[in-house]
Amino acid sequence: METGRRNFLKIGGICALGLGSLRVVNALGKTETPPKFMANLQGLSAKRWAMAIDMKKCWEKGPPGCTDCVLACHSTHNVPDIGTQKEEIKWIWEEKYENAFPGQQSGMEPEAIREKPFMVLCNHCKNAPCTRVCPTQATFKRADGITMMDFHRCIGCRYCMAGCPFGARSFNFRDPRPYIKTELNPTFPTRDRGVVEKCNFCEERLGAGKMPACVEACKCKALSFGDLEDPGSEVRKALGSQYSIRRKPELGTEPGVYYII
Amino acid sequence: MKLYDGKYILVGLVIFIVLATFPVWFNHGRAAPPPEPKLDTPVIAQMITKQCVLPKEEMITGHMKLLNDWRTEVVRNGKRMYVASDGKTYEMSLQNECMKCHSNKSQFCDQCHNYAGLQKDSDPYCWNCHIPPKESK
Repeated sequence: METGRRNFLKIGGICALGLGSLRVVNALGKTETPPKFMANLQGLSAKRWAMAIDMKKCWEKGPPGCTDCVLACHSTHNVPDIGTQKEEIKWIWEEKYENAFPGQQSGMEPEAIREKPFMVLCNHCKNAPCTRVCPTQATFKRADGITMMDFHRCIGCRYCMAGCPFGARSFNFRDPRPYIKTELNPTFPTRDRGVVEKCNFCEERLGAGKMPACVEACKCKALSFGDLEDPGSEVRKALGSQYSIRRKPELGTEPGVYYII
Repeated sequence: MKLYDGKYILVGLVIFIVLATFPVWFNHGRAAPPPEPKLDTPVIAQMITKQCVLPKEEMITGHMKLLNDWRTEVVRNGKRMYVASDGKTYEMSLQNECMKCHSNKSQFCDQCHNYAGLQKDSDPYCWNCHIPPKESK
């Protein structure tokens, strides 16, 4: 069959139109199915969750030896108390100034700062080294800035523990269930032997529209939590009115936990 | 053809066959009863339309895939609500949603899992971490 240039172009044009319409049909077809999965409407959302810890308030207004935030966290997340330092499971804990802020010491700090405990937790860094080294992506950054831990996927290689410069990650060397001293929270899972765990910024509570357990538990309101990108948020108000520092800023991980001292 | 030491060989063969087939004839006629997952929990009893997230047949064959998809959506994508085909929304949580109705783990989950020979605490290992509701025995 003889085909002229004109015919060839005509047929070619029709074919291109047909292929192009496939996208339109697909797009129209998709809009008809409702979404099967959706976020909780009562949940809180943010561009980047962050926390400001006012240590002055904690020391001055809080009763001496107060560990309300730690207790609240541990009972909310079924954190075990193994009893040895090597196997300790840490979500939020106390650290001395020299250990929390090495490299930022002048050596001439007031006695109070040098001796008083600082509350430390996972910093939910912007450039989290733990997520970069995880071979299974069991730990990963969420769009809202939370460094999330997927226990289902963790193989227990502990690269993330080596990668974290803040010691915020703990490994379950043994079944933690018998060591949970607080009353078991039946709405949150425990962990299994062989997985790494850490503070999750109470993402399960944020998803249900509640503030993190430690923030809620602090009677002297030393912990403020909110969206770092929202100028009206609690955390921005706290940071905007006072000078704050972060842990190990020289590493460039951009921690999301700020300290007012 | 002559069979040397035929006596011993035949006796040995008989003993071997008896031993090798021991599990077959020993368990003959004693098949394990088929599993009967029970739905007689207080919450289900109060439901007017007894309908799970998906139709029963789909749940029987596909609950593991559903749970896996839920896990991915909640943990990795931060989406916590599931919209069923009838428009009802559910919280995607084994511990807080599935077990609200199916509060009888030993009479529901374990029935089939044990029958199918899934080893306790190893496969599926949901309950190593997730806390089943307390059952009154």
